[in-house]
Amino acid sequence: MKQLNPYLTGGITPDWTDYLLAYQEAGADAVEIGLPFSDPMMDGATIQQASDQALRRGVTIDSILADLVAVRAHVRIPLIAMTYANLVFRDGPETFCRRLAGAGISGLIVPDVPVDEAGRLEAAATAAGIDLILLAAPVTAPDRLAEIGRRSRGFVYAVSVMDTTGERDALAATAAPLARRLREVTELPVLIGFGISTPGQAAAAARAGDGVVIASALMRRVLEGASPDDLRAEVAGFRAALDQVDQEMPVARAHPEVSGYRR
Amino acid sequence: MGSPTEAGRFGEFGGRYVPESLVPACAALEAAFRQAWADPAFHQQLSRLRTEYAGRPTALTPALNLSADLGVTLLLKREDLAHTGSHKINNVLGQALLAQRMGKTRLIAETGAGQHGVATATAAALFGMRATVYMGERDIERQRLNVFRMELLGAEVIPVTSGSRTLKDATNEAMRAWVAAVDDAHFCLGSVGGPHPYPWLVRELQRVIGEEARAQTPTVPDVVVACVGGGSNAAGTFAGFVDTDARLIGVEAAGGAAMTNGSPGVVHGYRSMVLQDADGQVLEAESIAAGLDYPGIGPEHAHLGTTGRAEYRTVDDAEVLAAVVRLARSEGIICALESAHAVAWVLRAAGTPDLPTGSTVLLTLSGRGDKDMAALAGEIR
Ligand SMILES: Cc1ncc(COP(=O)(O)O)c(C=O)c1O
Repeated sequence: MKQLNPYLTGGITPDWTDYLLAYQEAGADAVEIGLPFSDPMMDGATIQQASDQALRRGVTIDSILADLVAVRAHVRIPLIAMTYANLVFRDGPETFCRRLAGAGISGLIVPDVPVDEAGRLEAAATAAGIDLILLAAPVTAPDRLAEIGRRSRGFVYAVSVMDTTGERDALAATAAPLARRLREVTELPVLIGFGISTPGQAAAAARAGDGVVIASALMRRVLEGASPDDLRAEVAGFRAALDQVDQEMPVARAHPEVSGYRR
Repeated sequence: MGSPTEAGRFGEFGGRYVPESLVPACAALEAAFRQAWADPAFHQQLSRLRTEYAGRPTALTPALNLSADLGVTLLLKREDLAHTGSHKINNVLGQALLAQRMGKTRLIAETGAGQHGVATATAAALFGMRATVYMGERDIERQRLNVFRMELLGAEVIPVTSGSRTLKDATNEAMRAWVAAVDDAHFCLGSVGGPHPYPWLVRELQRVIGEEARAQTPTVPDVVVACVGGGSNAAGTFAGFVDTDARLIGVEAAGGAAMTNGSPGVVHGYRSMVLQDADGQVLEAESIAAGLDYPGIGPEHAHLGTTGRAEYRTVDDAEVLAAVVRLARSEGIICALESAHAVAWVLRAAGTPDLPTGSTVLLTLSGRGDKDMAALAGEIR
C-alpha cells in the first residue's frame, strides 16, 4: 500500500486540529505536524508563510502539543513532528523527545540535522520511543545513502529535488532515481517529498517509492482560507491517486517496519 | 587559534547543521580548502591579489590626538583602506580563488551592511563570475550606496522581505538559493558563522589582519579590540595575538549581542550563542549598524568567550554615533558604524579599570564610513 503523509503547520489557525482530523478522514496514513521555526531554511515561500502565520498567532511548542493532546482520542494515525534543530536542542533533545512522546507523537523529522550530527538526538529519540526519520538527497553519495538507510527509523525521507520545499510544475527528474537507489540499500519504506503538488505527481512518485509527503500544495490552500472540508477533499484526491497506483502494481514487497505508521 | 575538530567544532560550538542537500557541497569546500591551504601556489596567488589588488598590507595608524585625549596609546589597523573599503575583501578574494579551483562560475552571498556584497561583486567582476547577493529590504534602504555599487559592478541584488528583513533573513535566503545551485555556485559566506568549514576558512582568510598588525606593532599591545557582527574582523585580528598576553575584546552592538545576552543554539548551520526565546525562536536583532544587526556570533567566538580567552562588551547606538564623530574630528578618519563600536568601547573604557591609563590598544577599524553618510545625515548635525 502506498503511503500518504500530508503535512500541516501546527497552530496555523485557531482550529488547526480540524485540518488534522480532515486529513485522517481523507485517508492519510500519518500526518506530519510542522512545529514552526522563525528561520526555516529548507522551506520555500509557502511553508515560510505558514510558519510565520502560526508564530504571529503566538503559538508555542507547548500550545501545539496541548492542542494535539486535546484531540488525541480522535486520532488513529501516527503523528510525526517536523521541525528545525534549534527547537530540538533548546532544552536538550532528551527533553524535547519526551515532550513529543507525551503528546502522542511517534516520529520526528529535522531537516537541518544531517546523519553526522544526529548521534545524541538519535539516542534521545530511541529512549523516548520516537522514530527519527532521516532524509536523503539527490546528491547523497552511495556510502552516506547506506548509512542513512541503516540509521533511519520508520521510513526514509527522499528529498525529491535540489531545492527548498515548494510547489512545482512537475515531479523533479531526480525523485525516482533517488528512491530507487534508496530501495537498494534499505528495507524501510521510502517516502518521497518536496514539491509534490498534484495527485498526478504523487502517483508518479509513488510508482518509484513507497509513498509521498504533501506539504506546500496543502498549506497554500490553508493560507488561502480553505476549510477543513476543502482540505479533506484535497487529501482524498491524493489518496485516490495512490490507491490507483496500488491497483496497477501488485505489492512488490512487504514492509514489516511500516506497521507503526499503518494501523 | 588552530583548526577545529574533524566535525568542525571549537569546544562545544560549530558543527555542520545543514540539510543533507548541502552536506556534499560543504564537504567538497572543506576538501578544496585543505588542499589549497597546503598548496604554495594558492598562497602565492592570494598574496599577489592582496598586494597588487587589495592594497595590503593596510596601514597601522597611531591615533595621536585621541591617544593624548584619552591617556592610552591607540593604534588603528586600517582595514578601511583596503580595496572596497573594508576587511571583507580579504575573505572574498580567498573564497573566489577557491571557487575558481572548484570550477564554480557563480558566487552567492548574503550581506548586511553591503560591504560583503560589494566585495563579492568586486571579486566576481575580477574573476569573470556571476554574483547574486541577498540583502534584507531594510538594509537595502539604509545602505543604498552599497546596493548601487554592487549593481554597478554587475551583481544582481535580490531584496529579502521575510522576517526582520535584515542580515539574518538574507542569510536564510542565500542558503536556500545555494541548495538549488550547488552544482555551479559557491556560497561566499561573509563572516565566521555558517556550517563547517566556513568559520575556520573565513578566520584563516582574515588572519592576515592580525598577522600584519602583529608585525606592525613594536611590542605586543595590552588590549586588542574589534567590533563583532558574525565576528570575522575580530577573529582575524585575534588570530595574530591569541598566543600573547594581550587581552582580546570583541565589541557587540547592544541590540545584537549574542555573546552577552544569548544562549547556545543552532542557526544558519552552526551551533553558537544565539539571541532566542524560550522555545528557540530566533529573536530579531536591532542595531544602527546593519553589519552587526545579527542575532548570532561565530562559533569560535563562543568558544573563546566561554573559555575566557576573549571578552565581549556591548555599546549602544548613541555611543556609536558619538564615536563616529569623535574619530572623524580628532583623527580625520570617517569609519563605518560597525567599526565605530570598537572605538566607542575605547572611548568609554579608557581611564577605567577595564582599560587603564597608559595601556596600548590595537583597534581594528574594519571599514570606512562612506556607506553610512545617508544614515548619519539624519542622526548628526
Ligand atoms: C565595516 C564592517 N565591519 C564589521 C562588519 C561585521 O562583520 P564581522 O563581525 O564578520 O567582521 C561588517 C559587516 O557587514 C562591516 O561591513
